Amino acid sequence: MSSFKEKVLGKNDTPPWKGSYAPYDLIKEAFIATVAVICFAVILALLFSSPDDPPSTIAQWSQRLPVNFATTGAQNLAGTSPTAEYGPPYNSNGEGQKAGPIAPQKWLGVTHPVEPAQDMVIGPLSRVPQPPVVLAALHIWKLTPDAKRKEWAKAYSEALEKAKEGPNGTITAVKPGSYGPVPVLIGALTSLAQSGGLEGQLLESGSAANRFYNNDYTIPLLFMADGGLLEERAEQQHLLGDQWGMMNETGSYPGQVWLWLYSFWYQIEPFKSSENADILVMSIMGLLTLAFICIPIIPGVRSIPRWIPLYKVIWREHYASNEASAAPPATGSG
Amino acid sequence: MSAEPAGKPITEAELDHSWTVKLRRKAVEELPPEKMLPDGQPTYVANWIYVFGVLSIAALVTLILTGMILALKGPSWWHLTSIGHFFNSVHLWAVEIFFFVMVIHLWGKYWMAAWRGGRIRVWVTGAIIFVVAIPTALTGYVSQQNFDAQWISTQAKDGLNAVGVGAFFNTMNFGQMYSWHILLLPVAVSALVAGHILLVRRNGVVPPIPLKEQVQEVPAKAQPAATTTATGAAS
Repeated sequence: MSSFKEKVLGKNDTPPWKGSYAPYDLIKEAFIATVAVICFAVILALLFSSPDDPPSTIAQWSQRLPVNFATTGAQNLAGTSPTAEYGPPYNSNGEGQKAGPIAPQKWLGVTHPVEPAQDMVIGPLSRVPQPPVVLAALHIWKLTPDAKRKEWAKAYSEALEKAKEGPNGTITAVKPGSYGPVPVLIGALTSLAQSGGLEGQLLESGSAANRFYNNDYTIPLLFMADGGLLEERAEQQHLLGDQWGMMNETGSYPGQVWLWLYSFWYQIEPFKSSENADILVMSIMGLLTLAFICIPIIPGVRSIPRWIPLYKVIWREHYASNEASAAPPATGSG
Repeated sequence: MSAEPAGKPITEAELDHSWTVKLRRKAVEELPPEKMLPDGQPTYVANWIYVFGVLSIAALVTLILTGMILALKGPSWWHLTSIGHFFNSVHLWAVEIFFFVMVIHLWGKYWMAAWRGGRIRVWVTGAIIFVVAIPTALTGYVSQQNFDAQWISTQAKDGLNAVGVGAFFNTMNFGQMYSWHILLLPVAVSALVAGHILLVRRNGVVPPIPLKEQVQEVPAKAQPAATTTATGAAS
């Protein structure tokens, strides 16, 4: 009768090796392997170098796509930008993703607070010297109730979506409407961005206010990710989710190829169009990862190597020599 | 000149209570020097597939060496100088080599059913090394300070946030990602690799799966892991 351990861990049919040994120099082997890999990596580096596409800047974004930039800024004021509606860990304006009743994003709460209107627009504008018209607009904004502010900003962001780009990063053909101080604020934000001054102000936003050092790019990156420039570049480089982008790299370089299975799920339904795709894919990958680690105790999966005997190829010399030594001695050569 | 004072000899009971002695005895018992650094290998270890384990370690060494040079010079160096970019390129290609040879090593071990004979921990540590290597690479990608880093960090955050990891692991925080990449995760991978190697040395390389006609039913309890007590065995 097989023991419980045997049932769980599988039958131990590995007798201790009592056969012959061949000379082996472990340290020499490791040394030669290391030298070989270093040489190979150096050759690949010399032949192919590596990708290093310069980062996008907010100045580039606001100059190249001024309408998109201004729309994103107005959406931040209106509370309708992707970051504003994200939910945890940035704010409480969304529930976050969930898989049935499982909602770790919500459970863990707001750990990196981001308030887009204040951190991405009002704060940066308030910290730099402004002409009287912008100071007045900031003053009106601060005195106005939140609902009215959002109404103005939402109306302006919708009007901007239909606006056109003029020469030199200007915006034209914005439909007249009741937008309060929002056009002045967004105009000032666009000017600040186009001058290259917004990145620094965004780095000082949120919890980093009034600090000299900062290594946290959360706010500027969230702001940029809400806009269109990063996505435009990513699409050109085949980095979008539906382009298997998770495992791709800029240029024609191999990327994180080992993420192919993660990337695969995003290409098929129901994940492709699910609002909860990330948690569903991460959960599946979590379970598969656990299964991968536990292969030795998963019945069936651990037996496949016996059913598909590739081991006979791996150890063919061993089996051949065993067969030869077990064969009866040849009789009479005649 | 005075003679050395005669000290009280250390008793066996005192040695038995010493944590250090206990650890030493256990270490020598589990992994005697001839097993740790063998001079022979069972003759069945005769296939190119066995090379990929040591190649994985070699790639990790290459990664650590190039990573140390990049860390010494600092984050801007690899963008601003051609020599810095060269070392960054070697580091990148070493990553690709590391994953490539590690995956082949894992497949090879799978088809050998290399967890047999009390070697489950060898498989488990190997599989965990692969799993931990993934965030090690990811934190490197988001620490590059180029467009790739911008895009990957803003995309990866959604998956990590969705499962709650984003609450304490922020891909857009360069300082945090850089720390994970150059210290915490490499230490974890290196420690796991060290444990994996020790387990391999302790248990020996898994012997071939017996062919059907050679299978002998032996009680599991009576079958310890194969050893590579190789001293003199090669002769």
